[in-house]
Amino acid sequence: MKKDLVAASATPLVLAILAEGDSYGYAIIKRVTELSGGHLQWTDGMLYPVLHRLERQGHVAAKWSASENGRRRKYYRITREGRAQLAAQRRQWQVVDGTLRGIWTRTCTA
Amino acid sequence: MTTLADRPLEEQIAQWRAYLRRRQALHGSDVEELEGHLRDQLKALTEAGLAGDEAFLVAVKRMGSLDALSREFARAHSERLWKQLVMAPGAPDEPAGTGRAEMLVVLGLAVAAAMAIKVPALFGLRLGGGDEPFYARNASLFVFPLLAAYFMWKRGSDAAHGLRLALPFAAGAVFANVFPFGAASNTEMLTALHLPIALWLAVGLAYVRGRWLADGGRMNFVRFSGELAIYYALIALGGGVLTGMTMMMFKSIGMNAEWLAQGWLLPCGAMGAVLIGSWLVEAKQSVIENMAPVLTRLFTPLFTILLLVFLGTMAWTGNPIHVEREVLIGFDLLLVLVVGLVLYAASARDPQAPPDFFDGLQFVLVVSALVVDGVALGAIAARISEFGFTPNRVAALGENLILLVNLAWSARLYALFLRRRVPFAALEQWQIAYLPVYAVWAALVVVVFPPLFGYR
Repeated sequence: MKKDLVAASATPLVLAILAEGDSYGYAIIKRVTELSGGHLQWTDGMLYPVLHRLERQGHVAAKWSASENGRRRKYYRITREGRAQLAAQRRQWQVVDGTLRGIWTRTCTA
Repeated sequence: MTTLADRPLEEQIAQWRAYLRRRQALHGSDVEELEGHLRDQLKALTEAGLAGDEAFLVAVKRMGSLDALSREFARAHSERLWKQLVMAPGAPDEPAGTGRAEMLVVLGLAVAAAMAIKVPALFGLRLGGGDEPFYARNASLFVFPLLAAYFMWKRGSDAAHGLRLALPFAAGAVFANVFPFGAASNTEMLTALHLPIALWLAVGLAYVRGRWLADGGRMNFVRFSGELAIYYALIALGGGVLTGMTMMMFKSIGMNAEWLAQGWLLPCGAMGAVLIGSWLVEAKQSVIENMAPVLTRLFTPLFTILLLVFLGTMAWTGNPIHVEREVLIGFDLLLVLVVGLVLYAASARDPQAPPDFFDGLQFVLVVSALVVDGVALGAIAARISEFGFTPNRVAALGENLILLVNLAWSARLYALFLRRRVPFAALEQWQIAYLPVYAVWAALVVVVFPPLFGYR
C-alpha cells in the first residue's frame, strides 16, 4: 500500500480506535492489524509522532499510568475536539469512498 | 567479534535506548514510551515462540528506521530543534532536583549581590551623593566573592580552599580602601579599573576549583568569561528597556521614578546580572553553540582589513599619528581586541586540525596589529619627555608592553604553526600561560601605583 495513503488514514484510524476506548501505542498498532486483517502495516515507531501531534492539537489527551508489567505506560484518551475531528474526517472519507465506489461499480458493470 | 545480537537481551535494549537518547528530537519520556512498546512487542514475539535475539531483531525492525522516526518527531515537535535553555529538562542521568537547587542558590546569591551594593548606603555612603569613587573602587568586591562562592558550591570545594580564596578578596578590599586618595585622583581611577581584572583571576581559581594548571580548566575559564560578557551585554540591554519603561510609565502618572531607576534598578541589576549571567553560561555550555568564537570568526577578517587599510593609508599619505592624550589608551584597546580575537579563535579551534585559511588570516591580523602599535609607540616615545610620567601614562605604557610581548610571541608561534613546525597547542598553551600576567600587572597597579605617585 502507498505510504501517502497510509499516512493520510492514520489520523482517522487512531481517533476511531480511541473512540472505542482509552488505549496505548502497542495496543493501537495491534488493533489496526486486527481491523485490517493484516493488510495495513504501520512502521510501529511512526504511530508515536502521530499520537503526539494529535495530543498537541488537543484531539487526544495523554496520561502516564502503571501497566500490568510494572512499567509506566502512556495512555491516550480521545477528547471532545477529537470526536468532532473524527466526525469531520469521517464525512470526508465517506465522500471519497462513495465517489470511488460509484465510478468502480460503473466501470465494472460496463 | 560480537555483534549486537550476541549480547543478553537487556543489554541490547539498553544499547537501543542509548541510540534513541542521542536523538535531539526525542525527549526522555518519548524514549520511555518507545521502549515500553518495544518490550510489549518482544513479549508477544517470544510468546509466539521466537528466541530472544530473533524477537529483538524483529521488534527493532518493526519499529522502523531511527532517522525517519526522529525526523517525524521533529516535525511533530518543531521547537525541539531550537535548543531551549531555561526550560529544558535536565540530562536524563542527572538526579532530579539538582537544577532546582542550583537555581535557588543562584537566585539567593544574586539577591545577596543586589543587596550588598545597597549596604554602604546604610552607613551614609550614597550613590549619586558624592560617594561615587567609593563605589567605583569597590564595585567588583560586591559581586565577585559571591560569584566565587557560587563556583565553590557548584564544584564542591572544601573550606580550606574557600579560606585561601577569601585572601585575594580581602587583600583587594584592603588596598581599595586604605589609601588616602586625593580629590579627582588618577590613581584612584586606576584602582577602580584594575582591581576587577586582578580579582577576576581569583574568580578563575574558584572556577577551576583551585587546580589552575590542570586539564583545560584555564581555557574553560576563558570560554566562560567570553560567554559571560556576551550574556551580560544582553541582560544589560534588557535591563535598559526595563528601566526606560519604568521611567516612562511612572512619568505618565506624574511621578518621577528616577530615584528608583538610578538608586535601585541599575546598581542592583548590574550586580545580580553577573550571577544570573554566570548561571546561564554554566547551564548552556553543553546546550548551545558558544557565541564568542562566532563573533571572532565574524570580526577577525574585518579587523584585519581595517588594520591593513589603515597602514596602507598611512604609508600612502604620509600622515603621522597625532599624539594626543587618549592615543595611547586607544592603541591599548586595539591590542586588547586583537589579543581577544586570538584567544577566542584558539578557544574554539580543534588543536589537531592542520593550518587553514583562517589561521593565515589570524597571523596577518597579529602582524599588522604589531606594526600599527609599533608606529604608534614610536610616535609616543618621541614625545614622552614632553608629557612626563603621569600614573595613567605609565599604566597605559605597561599594558601596551604586556600585550605587545604576548602578540609578538603569538606571531612567532603562528608563523611556526603555519609552516607546520609546531602544533597549534603551542599557541593555545602560550595564551593561557600568559593569563596570570594580566592579573599580576593589574594587582601591581592597585597596590604600588597609589603610593608611588603620591595618591594623585
